[in-house]
Amino acid sequence: MSIFQSLIKKEVLHLVRDFRTVTVVLVMPVVLLSLFGFAISTEVNNVRIVAVVEQHTDETVQIIDRLRSNAYFTFEGIVPFRDVDGLLRKGRVDAAVVFRTEDGRLQHQILADASNTNMAQTSTAYLESAISYGTGPAVVSHTLYNPQLKSAYNFVPGIMGMIFILICAMMTSVSIVNEKESGTMNLLLVSPVRPRTIILSKLVPYFLLSCVILTLVLVLSYTVLGLPFSFSVIHVIWVTILYVILALGLGLLISTLVSTQVAALLVSGVMFMIPVVLLSGMIFPVENMPPVLQWLTCAIPARWYISAMRVLMVQQLPVSYVLTEVLILAGMTLLVLALAIRKFNAKR
Amino acid sequence: MRCAVEIQGLTKRYGKLVALDHVSFSVPEGTLFGLIGPDGAGKTTLYQILTTLLGPDEGSATVAGWDVVKDYKKLRAEIGYMPERFSLYPDLTVNENLQFFASLFGVDVKDNFDLIAPIFDQLKNFPNRRAGALSGGMKQKLALGCALIHRPKVLLLDEPTTGVDAVSRGEFWDMLATLKENGITILVSTSYMDEAERCERIALINKGKILDVNAPGRLIEGLDQNLYNASAKEMYPLLEALRSLPDVRDCYTFGATLHVVTDDGFDLDAAMCRLRQGGLDDVRIWPAKGNVEDLFIQLAKNDG
Repeated sequence: MSIFQSLIKKEVLHLVRDFRTVTVVLVMPVVLLSLFGFAISTEVNNVRIVAVVEQHTDETVQIIDRLRSNAYFTFEGIVPFRDVDGLLRKGRVDAAVVFRTEDGRLQHQILADASNTNMAQTSTAYLESAISYGTGPAVVSHTLYNPQLKSAYNFVPGIMGMIFILICAMMTSVSIVNEKESGTMNLLLVSPVRPRTIILSKLVPYFLLSCVILTLVLVLSYTVLGLPFSFSVIHVIWVTILYVILALGLGLLISTLVSTQVAALLVSGVMFMIPVVLLSGMIFPVENMPPVLQWLTCAIPARWYISAMRVLMVQQLPVSYVLTEVLILAGMTLLVLALAIRKFNAKR
Repeated sequence: MRCAVEIQGLTKRYGKLVALDHVSFSVPEGTLFGLIGPDGAGKTTLYQILTTLLGPDEGSATVAGWDVVKDYKKLRAEIGYMPERFSLYPDLTVNENLQFFASLFGVDVKDNFDLIAPIFDQLKNFPNRRAGALSGGMKQKLALGCALIHRPKVLLLDEPTTGVDAVSRGEFWDMLATLKENGITILVSTSYMDEAERCERIALINKGKILDVNAPGRLIEGLDQNLYNASAKEMYPLLEALRSLPDVRDCYTFGATLHVVTDDGFDLDAAMCRLRQGGLDDVRIWPAKGNVEDLFIQLAKNDG
């Protein structure tokens, strides 16, 4: 057995013996995907509304009928104007519509509980469209790429961006720092084995583990979550592999900078997890951020990866549409690997 | 005689702290050489330079004929290193650890098993036990086995007996003696002075400086002349009284008694007289047999 093979075998033994961690790492993507795909949803349903009508006309009756029959609303009834404030305050209803006839023309006002901004904005928009239905020029809207506006479509790329950083960066840095802490790294370095062989043998098992997770995530996305399947899956795979290599490089870089496992966990947690969740566009759109933060997001690999994945997985566009993202990721990978290897060699 | 380890003016600084200050000594081939010094003397730094883990700031060193800076690749194949702490994989079994370290050096466990067979006498009964579940003495034997599996020319042991019980320590030194018979040069460091006497030659190191290098017997030669044991009912007043005597150069506690170092003209009877007059009961002073610890205290005192 060659030196490299026995190094890999040793690493695999570590992984297999650390059964709990491996289980967590394999179960986590499944749980995250199911949570974000099913349970957590940004769609707004069951908006509870009441109406205030000063003078019933055919028009108001029609509008109220439309509100009653709309699946997004729960119509709670017609109330006098003085009760509206109390109902909103107590949280019994989410929005109220006031109809008033002035100079023979019907005016309406919408009062919405904006303690949950997202809910208020969405329900106001729903109400507007339900009320103005049939009046004025018709607007025909098509939501492309995600006609049912499923939130799973939005979250799958984000979760992939998060999971691979988490597993690759965190696990490799912890495993390398563990050897530094226990002193076994010194024994490896004192042996005739070249440092880059040691490093490579550390990265390969986590790379393989990431491939297993990638398979798991893709199977779940295309079956359970119902993402459209097409030839672009090939591109999804190789771009992800590039991203995994980048994440492994980051893990290696962390391991050269810190000397305890706790520090490695903290650095990979604080430096990578939080920016990935907050600044990558996974939850909050990059375009809505102040310019300074937008600049900052450019340095976060997950931002580019997630945006590439949206194009490839959801929009199903050819790979030429994500060239910028892929090139930036490739550049970052080279930079991080070069830095990490230089740092690692300088240690001695 | 050829030298297995040759150190010339080796200096290593950590910022302002000088860990090694122009250290020079050599270890002849096939000797059991001890590096004796208290914690923080610079022993581990010296080991890290000899094993090529650290680069020296000044000076040079060769191990097994290879320079630690220029020929570090060739050097690494020739040495066996056992760091201060237990540094094996606790989640791998005894056999897996041994096989892994053998494969790092591109050898098979069977090839050199004869060398470590005496060490593995007990360990071979549970080859599938995880290394982390072994007792302290067993871990140490496994670590020694792993350091020897590629039949190194020079064995570098950094405080191998720290935290090991007295019986295991004794056994360990017996094993080192056997290895020396096999022609392996051993450089072993310890902060236990009593272990120094089991080495052929020792170097005394303190605060990064080598104080003396010689055979332990030679080093303590002449030490007995002006060295006495002293005891009394009240030990602390005795210590103070002895230190105030004109011919007493040094006085320090040594186990249950005091060791007194005197000038050549020391008069035992006169001293006893003066101490009794000073009101001390049961004063006894008798000649002592000096050992490495006495020597160390003296050298460190002169140095400091």
